[in-house]
Amino acid sequence: MIRAIRDNPLATVVAVVVAAILLLLPLTLARFGNYMMSMWVVMTIAAMGLNLTLGYAGQISLAQGAFVGIGAYTSAIMTTQGYPLIVPLLVAIVLCFAIGWMLGYPALRVQHHYLAFVTLSFATLAYLVFRNEEWLTKGTYGIFGIPRPTVFGISTKPPLHFYYFSLFWLVLVSGLMWWMVKSPWGRAFMALRENPVRALSLGIDTRRYTLMAFAIGSTIGGIAGVLYAPLVEFIDPNPFALALSFNLLLMVIVGGSGFFFGPFLGALIAVLLPEWLRDYTKGFYLVAYALLVMVLLIYSPTGLLGIIDKYMAERKTRAASAQRAAARPTFTKEGQA
Amino acid sequence: MKTVLEINDVKKHFGGIKAVDGVSFDVREGEILGLIGPNGCGKSTLFNTILGQLAPTAGSVSLDGTDITGMRPSDLNRLGVSRTFQLLQVFPQLTVRENLILAGQEHKGTMASRLFGPRDAGLTAEAERMIAFFKMTHLAGEKAGGLSYGQQKLLDAAMAFMAGPRLVLLDEPAGGVNLTMLGDLKERLRAINAEQGATFVVIEHNMEFVMSLCQRVVVMAEGKVLAIGTPDEIRANPDVINAYLGH
Repeated sequence: MIRAIRDNPLATVVAVVVAAILLLLPLTLARFGNYMMSMWVVMTIAAMGLNLTLGYAGQISLAQGAFVGIGAYTSAIMTTQGYPLIVPLLVAIVLCFAIGWMLGYPALRVQHHYLAFVTLSFATLAYLVFRNEEWLTKGTYGIFGIPRPTVFGISTKPPLHFYYFSLFWLVLVSGLMWWMVKSPWGRAFMALRENPVRALSLGIDTRRYTLMAFAIGSTIGGIAGVLYAPLVEFIDPNPFALALSFNLLLMVIVGGSGFFFGPFLGALIAVLLPEWLRDYTKGFYLVAYALLVMVLLIYSPTGLLGIIDKYMAERKTRAASAQRAAARPTFTKEGQA
Repeated sequence: MKTVLEINDVKKHFGGIKAVDGVSFDVREGEILGLIGPNGCGKSTLFNTILGQLAPTAGSVSLDGTDITGMRPSDLNRLGVSRTFQLLQVFPQLTVRENLILAGQEHKGTMASRLFGPRDAGLTAEAERMIAFFKMTHLAGEKAGGLSYGQQKLLDAAMAFMAGPRLVLLDEPAGGVNLTMLGDLKERLRAINAEQGATFVVIEHNMEFVMSLCQRVVVMAEGKVLAIGTPDEIRANPDVINAYLGH
């Protein structure tokens, strides 16, 4: 810990400032502000899962929204029947892991845009189940009155309380995610992304890691869904249509695919920027938002964190060449003589 | 001398093209065996067929007398058979050190120990040793994608040796490597061969490199074995001269 601070003073300052903002800013916001902050937290978790599948392991998935839906419906159905939130959470983890694992099998045969289509059709299938299986999901009527949990006797009904509750889960999930991507698994996932043939020749069981990437990424999407339901308190199938999967993909790409903090920034832009723009541009906020995203991706296809990464790399190169220049022997008149 | 790898009448056909057409030879324990032949004679296809990247049309391959025909590359690698590819195959976004750790991490422990165990799979020391051995100490923390071609080629070879393999198949390790580094590479290969007793099969077009490094040489032409012998025998073989200079 102390070493981490000494080695990286800039990162420490950023971390402290961000933590302070996340903890204190909501105290100054009204109900809607806190609702949107909670939405940012939930979408960050969902995008973090996709960032594992797509960003680290390189497996495109257009089905992340479906897993948020599975988690949300599990949460809504069970909590309205009186189960505490922890029960649907565990159920959703098992369910999304199993379904995500199965969704990984096509990835063993097809890649890139073919895989995108396979996962897209799964997302469509999930949406149809949410809409048509009325006995389970109440179809287009939706599920009302999803309770917010009570933790240690404190109700999370007020938006501010629910925000801190979801923030706790964000911190927990990020911590576990960080632990995983820094482990040999993380390295194997990246090997899968960068060169699966070579990975296989180095003894890496690419099949198992591909399935794991799908299963774990989907599970994290499911966890986000479990939090989503009590946040919005009413769900119907529409939020889990294809648009959500595309939106989560956008968050991962805009933030910086394969960067740990990419989803945090991506969700910030996809969730909060349109709301903020709405205040300034009236009816044009979506147009302005679309233009901003396009400009960003033309300028930096690797997303926001890609810009910082590029800047750091250039600075390092400049420093290295300056060092070489200083080390080069210089000839004076005496030296030449 | 003991036979490590036995290649028995292996064929690999792609439609009407007989890329490998009935190749048989043995690789002996501890030797450095060269595999040469004109472009398109089936050397790399033979490698891919031996190592499970391609399923052979016919024939068998055995390692220490056990049939390994069509075994998955990852399983084969964990039995101690390692390789490099003709085209450069490093992981550009990982650092040199991480590339080496990655190359060794699947050889011990379980999936669970790789998740919950040490972050470096306990391989930092071995990676550092390999980095020093290949004289890349100043590059250890650099991303592999930023290295020069020759340095990446050295890293590629170093990765193949990370897990202490018994048998290493090198596909054109000297291709595109400058003369100074070539000497380095040859010296490194010899040292690993001598110290670890690892057996090598080397595909290479650089004749000087092959003839000075290998104890025996297999010459392929048009999918078949044309000759097997010591470098001196191969140099004097009229068939080989004919195959290289044309009919």
